[in-house]
Amino acid sequence: MSRIAGVLENLKEQGRKALIPYITAGDPHPDQTVDLMHTLAAAGADIIELGVPFSDPMADGPVIQLACERALKHGTSLRQVIGMVKTFREKDQTTPVVLMGYLNPMEAMGYEAFADASAEAGVDGILTVDLPPEEADDVAPLFSQRQMDPIFLLAPTTTDDRIRAISEHSSGYVYYVSIKGVTGSASIDVDEVGRKVANVHRITALPVGVGFGIRDAETAAAVGKVSDGVIVGSVLVDTIAHHQADPAALRQALTDLLHPMREALDGKAS
Amino acid sequence: MSTKLTEEMLSHLPDARGHFGAYGGRFVSETLMDSLMTLEREYLRLKKDPEFQAAFDKDLAHYVGRPSPLYLAERLTRETGGAQIWLKREDLNHTGAHKVNNTIGQALLASFLGKKRIIAETGAGQHGVATATVCARLGLECHVFMGSEDVRRQSLNVYRMKLLGAEVHAVESGTRTLKDAMNEAMRDWVANVDETFYIIGTVAGPHPYPLLVRDFQAVIGRETRAQALEQAGKLPDALVACVGGGSNAIGMFYPFLTDESVQLYGVEAGGLGIETGQHAAPLAAGRPGVLHGNRTYLMEDDNGQIAGTHSVSAGLDYPGVGPEHSWLKDIGRANYVSVTDQEALDAFRMLTRVEGIMPALESSHAVAYATKLAATMDKDQMVVINVSGRGDKDIHTIAELDGIEV
Repeated sequence: MSRIAGVLENLKEQGRKALIPYITAGDPHPDQTVDLMHTLAAAGADIIELGVPFSDPMADGPVIQLACERALKHGTSLRQVIGMVKTFREKDQTTPVVLMGYLNPMEAMGYEAFADASAEAGVDGILTVDLPPEEADDVAPLFSQRQMDPIFLLAPTTTDDRIRAISEHSSGYVYYVSIKGVTGSASIDVDEVGRKVANVHRITALPVGVGFGIRDAETAAAVGKVSDGVIVGSVLVDTIAHHQADPAALRQALTDLLHPMREALDGKAS
Repeated sequence: MSTKLTEEMLSHLPDARGHFGAYGGRFVSETLMDSLMTLEREYLRLKKDPEFQAAFDKDLAHYVGRPSPLYLAERLTRETGGAQIWLKREDLNHTGAHKVNNTIGQALLASFLGKKRIIAETGAGQHGVATATVCARLGLECHVFMGSEDVRRQSLNVYRMKLLGAEVHAVESGTRTLKDAMNEAMRDWVANVDETFYIIGTVAGPHPYPLLVRDFQAVIGRETRAQALEQAGKLPDALVACVGGGSNAIGMFYPFLTDESVQLYGVEAGGLGIETGQHAAPLAAGRPGVLHGNRTYLMEDDNGQIAGTHSVSAGLDYPGVGPEHSWLKDIGRANYVSVTDQEALDAFRMLTRVEGIMPALESSHAVAYATKLAATMDKDQMVVINVSGRGDKDIHTIAELDGIEV
């Protein structure tokens, strides 16, 4: 069983929901990323999604676009991001790490080399925004063979037939994109998400994480009630943008954001 | 090494997943997949629908003004001193470029699909103008995304779009040129996917766009083929077209792909020179990668980040190229070459002076290469240049280089 599947199964047994924060690697500076990953884990993250910066992040709103620009200004490369995971693993062998990004940097590195280096560093899952299962035949098996989970997106526009097909290509969890829009867009309609996720649960036994539009503890708790986990990205990245100059203040600000979400997800009063 | 192509082979391209050999495909986030599959299904149905085709042909004839002439440039031929040079006059189309062939077709598709809101990206502004034009005619809401750098250097076209009732969104992200305009259009599309039709201006993007844009532009090559047989009594020996995304080139080349005797030349923007790295020539100096929904030759760095491009011509200032061109390059059916900014500017002046035809800076790249090519060929041979657009929009750029304020 993969590290991701193990964590999600444990949570399920305890009746708890996963808190999955996202940050862009190399933002605000490559030297800070590993430290920020430990901060996220200490603040209650069950799984960390680590964004691989790309010059043309088509599915992202302005907040993550700017994070990519900051990371690329410091020359953050995919190989360096994998190196960050390796360093993170020196102190943390339990928190799963999912690399989330766009296909071209992986293609440029070479899929085999990318899969080898990621597995060796301790990466647990790969989520490629612009790689639908139809194009993943040569890529996703390289991850599975190395005990890394290929994670695919589901959207409000995904038909039942596609939900079935995409789930068959996925392991670990599926990522339900809660809104039609880019990351960091308008807030979500929890009732609608609940109906959609219930439908996904009807079709697949895989855990369902929900992301896009979750900005506070209240929404996290509401979405947690209808899913297996919540993914929180733009609000964290925005916080990073506001505390670029002061690492200690940044750690505190991220903790202050995540902690109430953790408590709310676990049904504790914040 | 060149592969002999047959109609049978071409009928399987792109394949069911939108691949031209190793290129093309559909690399987009999941939210767009359903829309793209619906578009593909509906287009393949309408492609065979006589009513749809009749409506398209009628608009091309009476609104665009087709067929565009195939014109023997006698003085340019004499000055060049080689093969006969003929010009396919896409610059004479309504709105002044080949772009309108495609926007007419896609706007018809949007109408058949019941979509009322249109979005488009634009570089030089020609596709934006052509989109705003068909939207004005059909009463559709129109949003055009344009890099802020291009908004600055193509201010005339920005104003044209506004007069036509379009909203022009200046894009401030990335390099502020065509690729960033396309990113932003994709983002808008994801957010408004139910009511919006995205009119992509070139033969790039996710399947089925490279297919349908090529089909709509292939009228250029079909006419040229018939006109050459009628006016010259033979097929051309060589076709020359500029390549940014590559829509005018594929439109010209496609109906000739099985005519082995016809040499095909796609001319990329060499900018300040390929050796300087300051260019927009992915087929000449790039490598395969994935951007904007398709696998194709790209300009990128060692880490797979998309590289900045440079060209004097905003319409060629793009780091990718249509996937069918990547395939034609690999199988050796088409030749891809480049000319520099300076060569294109010289060609602009020459065609203007000796034929009284002012080509767009994009098309000037084709003129520059074709005159070099023609000079090496026999007098009884025939070269056709696709003059994809007229140069009025570039007057400010030319004047600025001359130090003149207009």
